[in-house]
Amino acid sequence: MAVISYREALNQAMREEMERDPNVFIMGEEVGHYNGAYKVTQGMLQRFSERRVVDAPIAEMGFAGIGVGAAMVGLRPIIEFMTFNFSLVAIDQIVNNAAKIYQMSGGQYHIPIVFRGPSGPAVQVGSQHSQALESYYAHVPGLKVVMPATAYDAKGLLKSAIRDDNPIVFMEGETLYNTTWEVPESEELIPIGVADIKREGKDVTLIAWSRMVWTCLDAAKELAKEGIEAEVVDPRTLRPLDVETLAASVRKTGRCVIVEVGWPVAGFGAEVAYQMQRLCMDSLDAPIERVCSDDVPMPYAKNLEDEVQPQVKDVVAAVKRALYL
Amino acid sequence: MATASISTPDSKRIEHHDHDELVETTSEELAPLYRQMLAIRRLEEASAKAYSQGKIGGFLHLIIGQEAVCVGAIAALQPKDYVVATYREHGHAYAKGVPARPIMAELYGKKTGLVKGLGGSMHLFDKSTNFLGGYGIVGGHVPIAAGAAFASKYRGDGAVTLCFFGEGASTIGGFAEGLALAALWKLPVVLICENNQYSMGTPLYRSLAVEDVSLRALAHGMARDRFDGDDVVKVKRRIAEAVERARTTGEPTLVEVVTYRFRGHSMSDPGLYRTKDEVEEWKRRDPLNRCRERLVQLGFPETELTALEDDVKAEIEDAVKFSEESPPADEYFPYVIKEG
Repeated sequence: MAVISYREALNQAMREEMERDPNVFIMGEEVGHYNGAYKVTQGMLQRFSERRVVDAPIAEMGFAGIGVGAAMVGLRPIIEFMTFNFSLVAIDQIVNNAAKIYQMSGGQYHIPIVFRGPSGPAVQVGSQHSQALESYYAHVPGLKVVMPATAYDAKGLLKSAIRDDNPIVFMEGETLYNTTWEVPESEELIPIGVADIKREGKDVTLIAWSRMVWTCLDAAKELAKEGIEAEVVDPRTLRPLDVETLAASVRKTGRCVIVEVGWPVAGFGAEVAYQMQRLCMDSLDAPIERVCSDDVPMPYAKNLEDEVQPQVKDVVAAVKRALYL
Repeated sequence: MATASISTPDSKRIEHHDHDELVETTSEELAPLYRQMLAIRRLEEASAKAYSQGKIGGFLHLIIGQEAVCVGAIAALQPKDYVVATYREHGHAYAKGVPARPIMAELYGKKTGLVKGLGGSMHLFDKSTNFLGGYGIVGGHVPIAAGAAFASKYRGDGAVTLCFFGEGASTIGGFAEGLALAALWKLPVVLICENNQYSMGTPLYRSLAVEDVSLRALAHGMARDRFDGDDVVKVKRRIAEAVERARTTGEPTLVEVVTYRFRGHSMSDPGLYRTKDEVEEWKRRDPLNRCRERLVQLGFPETELTALEDDVKAEIEDAVKFSEESPPADEYFPYVIKEG
C-alpha cells in the first residue's frame, strides 16, 4: 500500500470516478485553472477539460443550484465549496432543494450530487472562516453527511459518495489535507454509514470524527502512559450514523466521551449522547461526557484559538471524569 | 397606475391591447390553446371551491388571469424540453401535459396525487413530461433551471429549459445568480418573468427601482424581450423566438411578460391592496375571453366551441370526482433516501 496525503486521496477518488462515469463533473470556485484553492483538484482540468472541470464565479447559491438541476436530469455533479463556510449562502439549495426533491417529487427525481470542500476550524483565519458546520447538515433528512478523518477513509468514502444516488455533504478536514495514511492502490469503496474503530481499548470509548479523531488518538497515547486503554471510534459518516458499532464499543467499555470541534449547544455530539444512553443505559458506569469547542465565535489570536478548541488535555480530563479519577 | 419608478431610455414599451395588431393565427392553432387555458381556469376554480370546503389545505396560489402565459410559452416547446416553475404552477404542469386528475388529487393530498400527496399545491413534479417541479422558495429554482440547461449543453441533447418566476423573484439572489451563470456559460434556458405586478401585496413601484425586469439582461449581454401577456398566440410566438435562440445558439433569453392575477396572492388574501376598478379593468381584458372571441372571429363553429367547453367541464368534474374518491396518502418514508 502507498502512503499518500488526504489531499491526494481525494484527488484520486475524483479522477477515478470521472474516468469511470462520463456524467460526473466538478464545478466550483478555482477548481480548474487555479488547480483548487486547496489544490485538491490539482491537474484535473488538464486531464478532463473545461467541459468537466468547471470554474465557477463567486455564486455559491447559483452553482450549487445548477448542480441540483443537473443532477435532476441525470448528471452526477461534484460541487466544491472553497470552504464549507461559504456553503451557508447556498444552504437553501442544499436543504430546500437537494435534500427534499426526492421526497417532494414522490420518488420521481433523485439527486445524485456531492457537495464537498474543507470544513471545520482552520488556523488563525477568524470566526467567519473557522467553524464546524456539520451539525447544520446532519439535522436534515434526505442528506448524507460524510466526514473522513484519514486519507484512506477520504478516498473510499468519496468514491462511494460520487456513486450514491442521494445528495451527500462531504466535509473534509481543512487541517487534514497534508496528513498521510496507507491507501490501497486497488479500488476500494468504503460504504457510507459504517463506523471504524481507529484504536482498540477496553476502559473508555472516545467517539470523534474528522480532525478530532487525531486529537483522540493523541489523547489515547497519553492515557496509555497511565494504564488507561481508550477505544477510539470514528463514525466516519454522521448521517446515517452507525449507532450499533458505537453502542457496541460503549457497552464494552461502559464509559463514553464524545469529542467534537463544534459548538456545544445542539451540536451533533448531543445526538450521539442521546443515542448512546438510549442503547447502552444498562452498561454505562458513568455519565456520558462531551468535549466541544467553547460556546464562542472563533477568535483570531493563536493562543485564544487553541484555548477555544478541544485539546488533548481536555480529552484526557474528560476521560478521567468518566473514570472517576 | 401610480408609479415612482425610474424609466430608462432602454425600457421596452408595452403596447397595450391593440386589437388591430393581432398576431396571425388559425383556429387550428388557437383551439387547443383555448382548451388548455379554459381547463386551467376551470381547474383553478374547482380547487378554490374545494379549498373553501376544507378539502384542500395549506397554501393555494391560483393563476386565474395569467393562463395565457404558461399556455402560450409551453406551446412553443418540444416534449423533451424542461419546465421549472414556482409554487403557482398548476397551470404550467397542465400545459406541459400533466392530466387534471393527478394534479387535483395532489391538491387533495391523496395517494393518487401526482407526487403521492407528498408535495401538495406548491410542489408538483412529473418526470414523464419533463416537468421539473414547483418550488416554494422564491427565486431558488432559477439556478435549478440553469442546471437542467447546463446538463443539456453538457450532453448536447438539444433540449431547452423554460423557467417561470414572478417579478417578485427579481430582487432575490437566486435569480441574480441563476441569470449571471446562464449568461456566462451560455446555457439554453429561457427565463420567463411572469410580471403580475404584485409581489404578494406589494406593487411594482414599491419593490423595484426600475420596473422593467427585462433590463437585467443588459448587464449580462443577454437577449431580452418584454411584452404583454394577454394574447396567448403572441406569447407563443415571442417565446418561440427565445426557444429557437436557445436551441440553435445555446444562448439564454430573459423574457418579461406583463400579466395580472385576478385573485389574491393565495386563498387567504382578499387583495385589499388593489382597487376594485383596477381589477375590473383587467378582467375586461381577460385573456381567456379574448381567446374565445378570437376563435369565433376565425370562424370556429359555435357547436364545436360548445363541445370543447363541455368536454373541459367534464374533464375537471372527473378530476374532482377522482380526487374525492381516491384513497388518502399513506406513505412518507420510502422517498427520503434512495436505496442502491
